[in-house]
Amino acid sequence: MRTRPVILHLDLDAFFSAVEQLHKPSLRGKPVIVGGTGRRGVVSTASYEARTFGVGSAMSIFEARRRCPNAAYLTPRFQAYRAASRVVMAHLAEVSPIVEQVSVDEAYVDLTPTAPGIDVAGVTELAEEIRRRIHESTGLTASIGAGTSKLIAKIGSDLNKPDGLTVVAPGAERELLAPMPVRKLPGIGPATQDRLHKYGMHTIGEVAAVPGKEIIGILGKAHGSAVHQHAQGIDNRELEPERDAKSVSAEETFSTDLTDRRELMAHARRMAGRVVGRITQDGLCARTITIKVRSYDFSTITRSFTLDQPTDSLSKIMASIRQLLDAVDVSDGVRLLGVGVAGLTDFAQTDLLADLFGERDEAEGEAGEPVDPEAVVVSDRGPILATAVERDPVEAQEVHASKGFGWTAELDDSPPDTSEVPDWRPGQDIVHAERGPGWVQGAGLGRVTVRFEGPHTGPGPIKTFRVNDPDLSPGEPPVWQRPEEALRIHR
Amino acid sequence: MKFRVERDALADAVAWAARALPSRPPVPVLAGLLLEADEVGVLRLSSFDYEVSARVEVPAEVIDAGTALVSGKLLADISRSLPSKPVDVTTDGSKVSVTCGSGRFTLLTMPVEEYPTLPVMPDASGTVAGDIFTQAVGQVSIAASRDETLPILTGIRCEIEGDQITLLATDRYRLAMRTLPWHPGDPGQSSVALVRARTLSDVAKALGTSADVTLALTTGGATEMIGFEAGGRRTTSLLVEGDYPKVRALFPDTVATYALVGTQALTDAVKRVALVAERNTPVRLTFTEGLLTLEAGQGEDAQASEAVESTLVGDELSIAFNPQFLLDGLGALNSPLVRLSFTQPTKPAVLSPQTDPEGSDDSSYRYLLMPVRIAG
Repeated sequence: MRTRPVILHLDLDAFFSAVEQLHKPSLRGKPVIVGGTGRRGVVSTASYEARTFGVGSAMSIFEARRRCPNAAYLTPRFQAYRAASRVVMAHLAEVSPIVEQVSVDEAYVDLTPTAPGIDVAGVTELAEEIRRRIHESTGLTASIGAGTSKLIAKIGSDLNKPDGLTVVAPGAERELLAPMPVRKLPGIGPATQDRLHKYGMHTIGEVAAVPGKEIIGILGKAHGSAVHQHAQGIDNRELEPERDAKSVSAEETFSTDLTDRRELMAHARRMAGRVVGRITQDGLCARTITIKVRSYDFSTITRSFTLDQPTDSLSKIMASIRQLLDAVDVSDGVRLLGVGVAGLTDFAQTDLLADLFGERDEAEGEAGEPVDPEAVVVSDRGPILATAVERDPVEAQEVHASKGFGWTAELDDSPPDTSEVPDWRPGQDIVHAERGPGWVQGAGLGRVTVRFEGPHTGPGPIKTFRVNDPDLSPGEPPVWQRPEEALRIHR
Repeated sequence: MKFRVERDALADAVAWAARALPSRPPVPVLAGLLLEADEVGVLRLSSFDYEVSARVEVPAEVIDAGTALVSGKLLADISRSLPSKPVDVTTDGSKVSVTCGSGRFTLLTMPVEEYPTLPVMPDASGTVAGDIFTQAVGQVSIAASRDETLPILTGIRCEIEGDQITLLATDRYRLAMRTLPWHPGDPGQSSVALVRARTLSDVAKALGTSADVTLALTTGGATEMIGFEAGGRRTTSLLVEGDYPKVRALFPDTVATYALVGTQALTDAVKRVALVAERNTPVRLTFTEGLLTLEAGQGEDAQASEAVESTLVGDELSIAFNPQFLLDGLGALNSPLVRLSFTQPTKPAVLSPQTDPEGSDDSSYRYLLMPVRIAG
């Protein structure tokens, strides 16, 4: 808690879909939905045009298609989002050394080191400047909230979204929060909300008016006292600037619930391969191996195992995953499986017996079965609890978010595919030998439709090819640079 | 049963026998310590957990011969706390009373008939000097694994070949090997046993004060077992099953570079620089002509460096180790100098003890240590 509004919360507006609209001029002003496109996919981001149809993130793609059948449904291009995110975060780093990146599209900044005495007018000017710089260099719009604490900054960034700014004057916190529903407070999910409703508390002001002891009686000591403090507009959480990645994980939602352990292991092996690929790319090793299993009824468990020495060996990591998964009951059907590693180090104790104890699992992995490529999201979740049982997915999501996602690295794109028929996914960048770069508008029945356009071309033409047309190859995400052009196109 | 025994003799004997007691006995009687007093003036105490048995005999003034089974933990706690006076032990129905000075304890007994028969000590195979045995086991057991998921690596491999015993242990990251002389009953003896490192360490510590320790080994039969006996104490242990990896071949045949460093100076320096090595991040050793530089910590973390005098033979070299593994090896050498032998920075290094700076190393002990690979 500061005495001046030095804490900023920045949130990029409809980030994934905004990047898509920038890179694909034909989609500007149209509903765009980024997410898993399979039967069980989930919406990652819906553009504001799509939101008017009632589509929101975490909604099933099935429901989204029902509400907004004419939207462009795209698979995520994490490489492109990461590139844009890096530019945004660099702007924040210029403003203050204390930046806590919560995810690819969200960060807190503490101005205390650079502008401890700044007032509301000063913060307003600075925040507008940040927003202007971000827009110039990336074409993206960001919403910023500023206040005396993370809580107020976060609430503020949501108030004038999109493309907005809210600076909450010191002292006005309690009054601002009072009429808001309790759900707006961090750590309050549907379950907590229901409990508070039962006691007649619907707004934050109603919670603030009750003595702390009573809230603690309802929600328990730790949770209750935090909620009561927050309701008063008091929040003493400091920023937690990230230095390095803390963990890397991958997860998959299956199109039908899986009960076959062999099939689950095949999926786990593929995800572990990507996770290992990601950490080895950065020269890292990991000590803690985690699996996450969500059952048909959305009950979710995570289990982890810590090795005595860090490793980047897929076979060792797979051995741990096998052990962890063997201890989980999968007979009712697994909806989602995730594997992750944490305790990352930049060194590895070499193993004397690596050659003597076979790398059986790795060999087995070579013959990994093809898996449907939907909804692979990899993110950093900070330190993973050794054992956590989450009954309520929405609440669980909030718990994670309040802890901070830190650096979010999504593993992108398909692994090197050895099969002859390329797997073109909607939204994917593609290059035609003669026509140049474009993106996959749709694929199926042995055909792929490509729209040839880029960030600075204006809407381009479409053309359909055979999926295995030798002139087609996967492309790199287009680069958004030239600020003067960006201004011209967007304004 | 009724006997009188010296307090110190009793306390030592109970402590020894109680070590083998299981902390969570699969059947209640295994938590018991079997007391047997016989007419010839001997008190025998035994414990067993189906894997390891321990037995000890102490002189006692036996008035009535007999047997009783009592809680080993309780008897150990009691005998340790008794004043230095003769102890009288008497059975009284289903109870055992322990009287010492003006103190008196009454313990419940457990049914002796339910206690399993202790394994028979195998026939003696030969003897080894107690002090050498204790030192050798200490030098090797540090490298044994504590990870129960791979049981064979929790063992120490004992290779008996004529008048030599070789002990080997590895946890995949280091490998310790010690060769020691012994007096075999049969000079042509050749056998191999894998013994749990924890058991062997306990035995070596407890029996090492005796001049000679008798080893007894049965292999190839239905129950493979090793036994140790010294000074009225004996213990048996089942062998660990499984094929031990062929680790002897992991010692490199050639040496490209070696360095000689004062063991104590290097130990102190590693301990100091390792203060900044959080969670066993590596310590880097750079050997140049006449000087060994140690560094730990990197990037934004705390850093430390220190230089130690050293003699280098061969090319300059930089290599990184887990500081604890390095300290374990240095601590096991028992020599004023350590010889560190290398082939490549990515290949294992070998530590061996040396006394004379101009001489050669003592090949009876070698500690092989895998380096830590650092990114970038």
